Amino acid sequence: MSMDVSTPTHAVSDKRQAAAMQGDSRIQPAGTPSVSIAIDERKTVAANTPKASSQGLNFWYGSNHALKGIDLAIPENQVTALIGPSGCGKSTFLRCFNRMHDLQPETRYQGAILLRPDDVNLVSREVDPIEVRMRIGMVFQKPNPFPKSVFENVAYGLRLRGVRNRLNLAERVEKALRDAAIWDEVKDRLEDSALALSGGQMQRLCIARALATQPELLLFDEPTSALDPIATAKIEELISELRQRVTILIVTHNMQQAARVSDFTAFMYLGELVEVDATSRIFTNPSRKATEDYITGRYG
Amino acid sequence: MAATAQMTLEEIRSGLGWRKQLDKLFVIAGLSIVLACLGVLAILFLDLVRDGSARFGWDFFTSFPSRKAERAGILSAAVGTTMIMFVTALAALPVGVAAAIYLEEYAPKNWLTGIIEINVTNLAGVPSIVYGLLALGLFVYQFGFGQSVLSAGLTLALLILPIIIVATRESLRSVPKAIREAAYGLGATRWEVSRDHVLPYSTGGILTGLILGLSRAIGETAPLITIGALSFIAFLPPSPVSAEFPFLNFQWLRSEYTAMPIQMFNWVSRPDQAFQANAAAAGAILLGMTLAMNGLAIWIRYRFRKRINW
Repeated sequence: MSMDVSTPTHAVSDKRQAAAMQGDSRIQPAGTPSVSIAIDERKTVAANTPKASSQGLNFWYGSNHALKGIDLAIPENQVTALIGPSGCGKSTFLRCFNRMHDLQPETRYQGAILLRPDDVNLVSREVDPIEVRMRIGMVFQKPNPFPKSVFENVAYGLRLRGVRNRLNLAERVEKALRDAAIWDEVKDRLEDSALALSGGQMQRLCIARALATQPELLLFDEPTSALDPIATAKIEELISELRQRVTILIVTHNMQQAARVSDFTAFMYLGELVEVDATSRIFTNPSRKATEDYITGRYG
Repeated sequence: MAATAQMTLEEIRSGLGWRKQLDKLFVIAGLSIVLACLGVLAILFLDLVRDGSARFGWDFFTSFPSRKAERAGILSAAVGTTMIMFVTALAALPVGVAAAIYLEEYAPKNWLTGIIEINVTNLAGVPSIVYGLLALGLFVYQFGFGQSVLSAGLTLALLILPIIIVATRESLRSVPKAIREAAYGLGATRWEVSRDHVLPYSTGGILTGLILGLSRAIGETAPLITIGALSFIAFLPPSPVSAEFPFLNFQWLRSEYTAMPIQMFNWVSRPDQAFQANAAAAGAILLGMTLAMNGLAIWIRYRFRKRINW
């Protein structure tokens, strides 16, 4: 089980960005409003400082080569969506960012995910996965609050970080709940069990729990797939607001959702990153045939 | 293509009729088997109560054993059993839970863990007299605990350890993976995940396992005879709490003892018929204690299920 970390090659990621740029210069199909093109020009991956960048990332479940040389920059304070058909590796890729795979035996990383500003390689064997998870928050597919009170759910991450002062705790819990747009609904029932909340409220509570520790990067793994349309709309709105404070990476199987909430979209297929670009361009004028086929519903 | 033709309504009904008959047949068979089992237990219990009916009374609970059947009671046996169960629970719970947490949350999945797991399960099938022999050598002589409550409690703790480990692992495993991931995702260590989440959420199952283990231990006779339980104890061990400082004392741990099944065994083996009634009465009380403990286990499980519903 060697976990050799190859030296990050910036050349590769530059090439990827160059490829993304080339997509810009393509002629827009007729009917695309010119306004959106004007906005698109400013929105390129290269134009943003990346908060994290995956460089030549390979990942194995046992002998199953699940991720094949992924190069992707995650722009700071933007929402980046990962789309692709089931089994394409998008969730696997997301879970590399907080080393969730380390909980399973027989998994192996190779390559690098560098987190700015200190350029720590998140998937390096020398880096403690707990240290990584303390910097990077995650919201899961199914709402998974602890069977404790609403307050204790949000406070747990802070307690792990040694916050003991009750006033300080209360203050930070309130702020996290406000940031997750759920404060007004739960402020009178902070001591009630979190399991008494509705599905949508639980998921926003989980977002508050992740926000409480002020993560540098927030991962969402299909956060609305277990929710009804109204709860989904609230979560999407919340994600759009959160981008001002935190860098977001979201996996979604719902292309409309990617189009609604994200600034950048990466399309993955069979463990490879096919294309990444500004969301509006991916959905109107993808540069790769595979992306276009997926988006227009020819497979997936 | 006749084979794929749609079934007519008549065909559907005639086929369904037979299948529903079969369904009913299974219910009847299952129910009669369950009732037969319960019936045997009920007859056994009622028989004991009838045989011992003459002896039930306050005196039976407050008297020491005696040469005269009508004056003998179970005071020292009941106190002995209570103390032994206390020691057993105190010894088996932390060790069993710790072993289960290690196996479930920490142990890597390799052949060594596999061997340990198989052996833990096998331990549950080891005859109890073997535990008695082990304890005689280890606790009574090697550690010098003698023929004491402490030896007996530790012996029975060994006996029920596999039951507690298996029940605890089952309970830990029922905590959803999503909850563990949520805690790990916030930066918790394995110990923090176990202490703050997995363990508290599986308390119900762990306590149920403990009580089921204790209700197995309470009736064990063979290992206690092996390590030298006495059948004639006409005194109570020193009280564990006292009025003077330091209020607690542990002299009772080293005290000689007898226990309910030992007392029963002694009475049954006497030629005098009058003692048979004593044995039956003690048996009914012991069975009642076991049923009460199992009832408590069910109640605890119900309480925790209501509070935590995944």
